[in-house]
This record gives sequence, C-alpha cells and structure tokens, in this order.
Amino acid sequence: MSSLFSYLGRPAVSVLREMGRMVLFLFYALWMLFRAPGKPIPILKQIKFIGAKSFFVIFLTAAFTGMVLGLQGYYTLTKTGTEGMLGSVVALSLIRELGPVLAALMVTGRAGSAITAEIGIMRITEQIDALETMALEPFKYLMSPKILAALVALPLLCSIFDVVGIAGGYLVGVKMMGLNPGAYINGMEKSVEWKDVYSGLVKSVSFGFIISWVCCYKGFYTTRGAEGVSRSTTDAVVMSSVLILIWDYFLTSVMM
Amino acid sequence: MIELVRLTKSFGKQLVLNDLNLKIPAGKITAVIGPSGEGKSVLLKHMIGLMKPDNGKVMVDGEDITWMGRSQLNRVRERFGMLFQGVALFDSMTVFENVAFPLEEKTRLSRDEIRDRVHEALEHVGLKDVDEKYPDQLSGGMKKRVGLARALLLKPDIILFDEPTTGLDPIICNAMHRLIKETQERFGFTAVIVTHEVPSIFEICDYVAMLFRGRIQMRGTPEEIRGSEDPVLRQFITGELEGPLQFV
Repeated sequence: MSSLFSYLGRPAVSVLREMGRMVLFLFYALWMLFRAPGKPIPILKQIKFIGAKSFFVIFLTAAFTGMVLGLQGYYTLTKTGTEGMLGSVVALSLIRELGPVLAALMVTGRAGSAITAEIGIMRITEQIDALETMALEPFKYLMSPKILAALVALPLLCSIFDVVGIAGGYLVGVKMMGLNPGAYINGMEKSVEWKDVYSGLVKSVSFGFIISWVCCYKGFYTTRGAEGVSRSTTDAVVMSSVLILIWDYFLTSVMM
Repeated sequence: MIELVRLTKSFGKQLVLNDLNLKIPAGKITAVIGPSGEGKSVLLKHMIGLMKPDNGKVMVDGEDITWMGRSQLNRVRERFGMLFQGVALFDSMTVFENVAFPLEEKTRLSRDEIRDRVHEALEHVGLKDVDEKYPDQLSGGMKKRVGLARALLLKPDIILFDEPTTGLDPIICNAMHRLIKETQERFGFTAVIVTHEVPSIFEICDYVAMLFRGRIQMRGTPEEIRGSEDPVLRQFITGELEGPLQFV
C-alpha cells in the first residue's frame, strides 16, 4: 500500500513543486519588470527579434488562414444563401479568435523556442552564473527585455494577422468566387465592433506574457547539457501552446 | 578570509560535501586539489553563494553569507571575481563587450575611460587586437585570459578560479599559472584555485587543500603536501593506479 502511495505521490509532488516554482518565477518576473525593466536598446532588439522577424511567418499563416476561411465560409454560406455574410464571418473569426491564437502559436514556435534555447545554453555554459557572480540580476538582462518585448510585439503581430487574413478572405471570396466586394466590406463593417478588436488585443497581450514567461522559465531551469536544452525547448513550446489554448477558452468565456 | 564551517551538500542520495571545514587565508593563493567528481567546483560555488549547503555555513570576513538575501549577497559578491571552468564568456558579445560589460553595468565611467580600462586589462593578460573577435573565434587559452581580464576589471578582493588550465597544453598551462601568480602579487587579492594540475600548481600557491570523500583530507603549504605520507595524497600526486583512490 505504501509503495502505491509512493508510486502515485512522487510524481504528484514533483508536479506541485514545478508549478510552485513556475508561480514564484512569475511573481519574481513581474516584480523585476517594475524594479529593473532593462535598458531601451535590449528591449528594442527583442521587439525586433520577437516581432519584426516573425513578420514573414505571420504574413504567410494569416494569408492562407484567411483564404481557407474564405473558401470554407463561402461553401457553407452558399448552402443557406447567405454568402453575403462572408465578410463578417471571416473578420469576426480572425479578430476575435484565430488572429490572436494562431499568431501566438506561430510566435511560440519561432521565437519562444529560440528564447528557451538561448537562456538554456546560457545556463548550461554558466553565463547566467557569471552574471550572478558579477552581482548583476539575470532577470534584468535576460527576462525583463523579453517579457516587455513580447507584450509589445504580440498585439502588433495579431493586428497584422487580422488585416492580412481579411485580405486573404477577400481574395478568395471576391476575386475567385465572385462575391460582391461591397457585400464583403459592408458585412464586415456592420458586424465588427470595438469590443471584438479589444478582446482580440487583450488576448494577444496575455498570450505574449504566457509565451515569454513559460519560455524564459524553461530556459532558466535547464539542466544536463545539450539534451537538457532540447528537452526544455520542447517543453516550453508544448506548455506555452497548451496554456495559450486553455487561457483562450477562459478569456473568451469571460469576454463574450 | 573565507571560512567554510561544517559544510554538507548532497545531490539526491550522493553526498558531495560531508561536514567539511576549510579556511582560506586573505591575500594568499590557495589551491584546492582532488580527484574528478569529488565536488571541488561545488565547493567553489558555495563560496560565492551560487549554491546553498544542506547544512553548515560560509563566512566571508566574519560575515555569514549562507542564507543572505539577494541584495545583501550581491553586496558581498561585488568583492568577488570568478573565472569559470568553461570561462562563461557571453557568446553573443565581442571580447571588448565581454570585458567592458561589468564596467558598463556597475560604474559611471565614460566610454573613453571604459575603453582604456578594458585595453589595459587585456594587455595585462597578454592580449592585443582581439576587441572585435567573438569567443568562438578564440583558442582555449585566449578565452581563459579574456575571462581573467573580465574577472580582474573591477579589482576584486577575492578571485575564484575553477580549473583555469583545463584543456590547455602544458606550456600555456604554465603561462596561465605564471599570469595568475603575477596578477595576484600585483593586486594582492585572495585567490582560490580549483585544479588537477599537480605538481605544477605547487609552484604558485601558498596553501594546498586536498578534497577527498567530501572532506579536506589535508591542508598545508606545498612543501608539507609534497612531504606528506598520506596514501591518498601520495597516490594523487604521483598518479599511481594502485592505492586508496579507486578509478572506474
């Protein structure tokens, strides 16, 4: 019996310990954001890395997501004779849901994994220890700029995603399927409200925080060489992606 | 002076430091020797608060730093410099940026003053025209010297050397030892060197401590260590395969 408790208890304690450490890391990261937000140049470099360098992948993902939405939406709506609603279907789907979520997932894959790998390599090569021995705060140099940059970059990328996606839907619905361009634009104008845009942007800011928090955390606690970096990177991408989807559900239910 | 009092540290079931006591005298070079995997680097990391012991305490000039808060610990760390086993240069920065980093972050010196101080430190360790090189463009010995220049820049009272000559050929190894000795004589800092390089380390150090099975097996001057009849010490110094030290 005791071995059963031990069998079940050990992983449970391990998970609880990991969760506790993550929450402590979160609080410390938040505290350091206010106390030592970092210098402007490193923050701008990170905005470039997380934001500008993700532009191409966001553009491609958004264009094809919008085009698929246009195609599927047109096919479904023609069945009920309401294809004039295509503009509002594409715009609302993108602005409220797909834009923030897909942009966040793409940034997790492109920049989040790189953040974990970078900090993880700095950990295993003792570069973080070197910062500490110089009486410098690793959070100020490594975490704060990345977290602040993600908070700025994600809503911008999300906005680009929305615009490009809507254009993709227009291309398929209007140019390929022959829908009236006025109906597409008009339907979109009538159905999209400020609160839809606002909820999408709030989501993207919170996703930016999740990505930077999880990826920095996983990198910071990397152990055991190259294999450890590989494991941390995988864990960071999986955990960020899952947390984004879970958090998206909660935010959607609150902001409906 | 650094004093380790009844220090115990284990990782899982592996006991690495076992009720260890050691005094590091100020202004001298102390070498910590011992077989691989005995916890020499762990010992060094305790001295600067990078690791916390399970039991025991670490005293720096009479101040217990074992469970100090981060800001207090940082105040103590400002007196330290450290040369890591893998040097730990920031690989995204050039040599100049690496060496200048502590000055830029911790002082209000002008750009020109920082440049002069960096060049002075690099010249002191025998490096020239490497400002724009990245760490991966340097040889092992050059990296170690850049690490030493960085550690020296803020003129610390104590410098910890974690295997400063690992991976270097014997000539560069001796040159590095001589550089450490000259630098210590010039600046007068307390040096702790974790190393395997026996007997060559005996030429530059004032004291030697042998770490074995989590404790200090013996501490003394190089002459006392050389003359010791302790079988563990004798085997370690002579490199004999037969003896109390077991090799897997």
